[in-house]
Amino acid sequence: MPERIYVGPKAVVRDALGEKIRAKIIADLDIGTINSVRTAAVYVFNGPLFPADLVALAEGPLSDPIVQDYTINRTFCEAFDWMVEVGFLPGVTDNAGRTAKEAAVIALGRTFAESFSVHTGTQYFFFGNVSKKSIERIAEEILANTLIQTIKIYSKDEWLKVHTKDFPAPVVVDTHTAPLFREVDLNVDDKALAAISKNGMLALSLEEMKCIKAYFTDKNTANDRTAHGMPASITNVEIEVLAQTWSEHCKHKIFNADITYLEPGKEPERISSLFKSFVQKTTSLVRQKKGAADICLSVFKDNAGVVKFDDTNAIVFKVETHNSPSALDPYGGALTGIVGVNRDPFGTGLGCRLIANTDVFCFASPFFSGTVPPRVLHPKRVLEGVREGVEHGGNKSGIPTVNGTIVFDERFLGKPLVYCGTLGLMPLDVGGRKGWEKKALAGDHIIMVGGRIGKDGIHGATFSSEPLHEGSPATAVQIGDPITQKRMTDFLLVARDRGLYNSITDNGAGGLSSSVGEMAEDTGGAVVHLERAPLKYHGLEPWEIFVSEAQERMNAAVPPDKVAAFLALSQEWNVEATDLGEFTASGFLDIQYGETPVARLNMEFMHNGLPHMNLVAKWEDRGAGAQAAFAPSDLRADTLSLLKRLNICSKEYVVRQYDHEVQGGSVVKPLCGAKNDGPSDAAVLRPVLDSFEGIAVSNGIVPRYSDIDTYAMTACAIDEAVRNACCVGADPSFMAGLDNFCWCDPVTSAGNPDGEYKLAQLVRANRALLDICVVYGIPLISGKDSMKNDYRIGDVTIAIPPTLLFSLVAKVPDVRRAVTMDFKESGNLIYMIGITRPELGASEFALMKGMAGGTVPTVRDPARNIECYTTLFSAVSEGLVRSCHDCSDGGLAVALAEMCFSGEMGAQIDCQAIEQSGCSSDAELLFSESPGRLLVEVETARAGRMETLFSRLPLRKIGTVVKGDAIQLRGLRQAPVVMLSRIDAKAAWKSTLQF
Amino acid sequence: MSRKTSAVVLSGNGTNCEMETAHACRLGGFDTVDIVTLWELVNGDASLDPYDILCLPGGFLDGDDLGSAKAQANRLLHTVVKKTGVPLFSQFTSFIKNGRLMLGICNGFQLMVKLGLLPSLSGVVSQQVTLTNNDSGRFEDRWVWLKANPASRCVFTKGTDVLYLPVRHGEGKFVASDTEVLDELRRQNQIVLSYIDPDTQKTTMKYPDNPNGSQLSIAGICDPTGRLFGLMPHPEAYSHRTNHPRWTREQLPEEGMGPQLFRNARDYIINNS
Repeated sequence: MPERIYVGPKAVVRDALGEKIRAKIIADLDIGTINSVRTAAVYVFNGPLFPADLVALAEGPLSDPIVQDYTINRTFCEAFDWMVEVGFLPGVTDNAGRTAKEAAVIALGRTFAESFSVHTGTQYFFFGNVSKKSIERIAEEILANTLIQTIKIYSKDEWLKVHTKDFPAPVVVDTHTAPLFREVDLNVDDKALAAISKNGMLALSLEEMKCIKAYFTDKNTANDRTAHGMPASITNVEIEVLAQTWSEHCKHKIFNADITYLEPGKEPERISSLFKSFVQKTTSLVRQKKGAADICLSVFKDNAGVVKFDDTNAIVFKVETHNSPSALDPYGGALTGIVGVNRDPFGTGLGCRLIANTDVFCFASPFFSGTVPPRVLHPKRVLEGVREGVEHGGNKSGIPTVNGTIVFDERFLGKPLVYCGTLGLMPLDVGGRKGWEKKALAGDHIIMVGGRIGKDGIHGATFSSEPLHEGSPATAVQIGDPITQKRMTDFLLVARDRGLYNSITDNGAGGLSSSVGEMAEDTGGAVVHLERAPLKYHGLEPWEIFVSEAQERMNAAVPPDKVAAFLALSQEWNVEATDLGEFTASGFLDIQYGETPVARLNMEFMHNGLPHMNLVAKWEDRGAGAQAAFAPSDLRADTLSLLKRLNICSKEYVVRQYDHEVQGGSVVKPLCGAKNDGPSDAAVLRPVLDSFEGIAVSNGIVPRYSDIDTYAMTACAIDEAVRNACCVGADPSFMAGLDNFCWCDPVTSAGNPDGEYKLAQLVRANRALLDICVVYGIPLISGKDSMKNDYRIGDVTIAIPPTLLFSLVAKVPDVRRAVTMDFKESGNLIYMIGITRPELGASEFALMKGMAGGTVPTVRDPARNIECYTTLFSAVSEGLVRSCHDCSDGGLAVALAEMCFSGEMGAQIDCQAIEQSGCSSDAELLFSESPGRLLVEVETARAGRMETLFSRLPLRKIGTVVKGDAIQLRGLRQAPVVMLSRIDAKAAWKSTLQF
Repeated sequence: MSRKTSAVVLSGNGTNCEMETAHACRLGGFDTVDIVTLWELVNGDASLDPYDILCLPGGFLDGDDLGSAKAQANRLLHTVVKKTGVPLFSQFTSFIKNGRLMLGICNGFQLMVKLGLLPSLSGVVSQQVTLTNNDSGRFEDRWVWLKANPASRCVFTKGTDVLYLPVRHGEGKFVASDTEVLDELRRQNQIVLSYIDPDTQKTTMKYPDNPNGSQLSIAGICDPTGRLFGLMPHPEAYSHRTNHPRWTREQLPEEGMGPQLFRNARDYIINNS
């Protein structure tokens, strides 16, 4: 019988978890009074243990004698009103359970049968006179997610009646009676073909299904299959492999499609692959332009981009999205997102040390009060879950979370966006080999390292290639395990330095199917023996083993003569490694289970067989139209209201819960200023502790501009990322960018009539990417696209605003010259770089006032912008710049207020001194979000030098930093239009997100 | 010509701060600084014996899944070294018996406490105190002010008055089994560092100056000899002025406040051998 040990805080000890839960209930749910909440951890031991063992474990690894008590097979709490027990569904990753099992084996010093397992859960004891209905709400809305967890609710009497009885352990039941594979008959009509794809969660279009059908009816295929003991018709293993390999997620079909772009009054334009025509082209043009100064080492071809850093190291950078899983289970989805993207730089070249994480989230308002559509969680729960997932993923991995932001828009209700980024430091030379290059050789063994395979994450790749719908599979949701991954990466870095492998890649979307498939492209084939694969539990069919997205796994291509050494080292390091087969030059991917072949696919067909998409993009101007006139208002009140807005207000409560200093190289932290709470523009860190060379990491993202024009949205996102980096002292001649597109479905269909316009938006965004990055000299080194961020259930459809996240890494030659945004000294001069235009279209001010239309902020002269930023860098290098901050969301007024309250100083600004074009109102000067603008603080003594440097550029002295609290702005008519205390400004800015 | 000093930083299984801790040892003047993994100790490919000081760095050992450092403590107590058949923990006890130094930072401090190596009142090795969930119920990264106890025998804080360092933990609340233990800690001056209010310079229970609600605002303690020291804040995270959160607006010495603790340890080793 399964034995149960309960561990919880002593009655006299404060129950921090219980209090946190109680606070949440009071804040989020409107139900009766909960007087208090006590908690206890549940450990379920599914194996032969003696009473003495249980005591040894309870008193040993499981409880803390100072603050905790335990009970064995009887209730932890005697007096309470309700008890809720939350456990994991069978097969869901249970990290504490894995650790507890390891601890038990060590503590008891015995070996246990394979079947021995430990499962964990939590019991919540509620004190208070509330109805069962209320308790059910608490359980479902705060304590558990029924997609991955089980909920049991007991009244006191019910629980005390049964608490000593047996409870089954949540083990996966072996249903594996099926044959090793199923044949799928594709000789059916189109309707049936489409049904096969839909019912099988394959996300393959009819055209693709027909193409597969054609391949299998081909004579040569048929002959080859009989010759190799394969059935004539496709096996379910093969169709799953093709579905993963051909998924939008893995093959980026839309970015590679042939597109006809139509714009009123213009000739139709043919675009063959957005990726080639814009993204790749940007990089090649920039590299040509830079010539010898080119910093790119590896772009687009690997899991992450690689650029030079110093004489011995390169910087590796990748940003991923994990939107769909995060919609279903915010915690697990985000945790998997961060732990997953960590494997991308690690799986680049020969591997690298991970030095920083970034995260950017897009949510609906946490204060959303409407009705939440089916299968969608309340935005506050999504925010909290995602925040905690990234916290655990980043903190436990020992990687500082240095930069990020949160963007709010109601349209993220259907699908939140969760961008996770990771930077790595890669040695240029690894034992005589280039660190950024890798190649599997025929004969190399396929060795899978790290976690075991379970049913988790099956169909993740295909699932994220569709809108969220009723049938979206719970198995696509999983929970990451940072420690298993940490052990794996610790080990692999040693294996790398001992030259034990030729290539390495991670098991992410598509699992082995994608990773082995990709690596096999080096050699032109592979043989995989699935019966060797280490499983979390019995009952997986071959196709499940091959496409499972169970986390924390990487594949190494290990030369035959190094296999023994590799496996021995992995044992010493307590990491599981399994020889799954070898890479070949056969031209085929062969998969066997024991002696039985279950799949044989032609490599050429797998990777290049899928039909090209042909799409039409139709642009029409929907956003513009003249600005709706707005009544003159109290600009002081407007400034305060802007500071409170979700997209502007302080995000400190999130930032504090991320470790942004681990690894010891932190130079500019996310929070800065007199009270360590000002909003830094970008992060600066020193990856090598005995050097002062550093990097700046920043981002730009403004989805709201897409409502007028995605070209402007993209241009402004790029410009903001660059300005943010320049604010902290980055060298604009040493930048690299990543483009992450999250779009609403741009493929027209019955359920998606507006596809052609959304595709036109995508084309325009790509054009801006090319136009701006080439002039700014930013090579794009990596990126990702997520094209199906729609919610479609019943007649409810929610499409996200087209969103580009532009992430930037830049060099800071000497971090001792870095700059922060807080005002430093009264009497210093305040300069503004750039030109202010009446660009309030889709601005925070316009949204706040409900004003439609208007001119969207536009990058009009990128060449002059980059000249300004380059000159600013010279000024920083000469030590002229005391503080610097960009004018973006909320415009000049917000930027100035932030510099004042962060530096605890006042300021006097004369708006007449601003270099502007066409602004006729003070509101435009204060709140316009024109790009290319920066505020700079300079000492009077250095003013001359500053003005000489900028002699031919838009630099204007607009005011001074003053002692005290007063922020004063004089308007076009000389009269003060804003008189504001920085203390009130800060209070407003901090008041919104007080969770 | 003073004798050569050597430091070992124990890594693996979830430690995160081994590199910057090793860097701080070098800045503190140690001649040899090695990062040794737990697995090398377990296999018998390395041992603590050659070293003057053992540093247990910050991190999330075993993910802190059973409570901070609990699973690792269990591992160290029950593991037998593969190549020698000798219990692993005896290496730790003899290391201490031989008068070597031990420093536990954050997760390392939690580990020492749960192994019973600290405070080891009157030399008893058994858990007498703990570090548990912050009152806030949150992990937090913030810089705090600390006051050193001048009467303490701790060899690491000799000559130290106040320190400004970051805390980065979710389980840093210091709790003793009973008031006798607290009184004894005070009597023996084993309370080395306390959280203070920077304005009054007095110890405080006020959040966030006291970031976790620690009893007596305790941030760090030592054993009766002063050679074993554990603290929640991260001295290795402030090795250079550019680590300071306000270095762009304050006049600060080039070196941070962290390295001196390591230098004190090195000096002690040299003067006592």
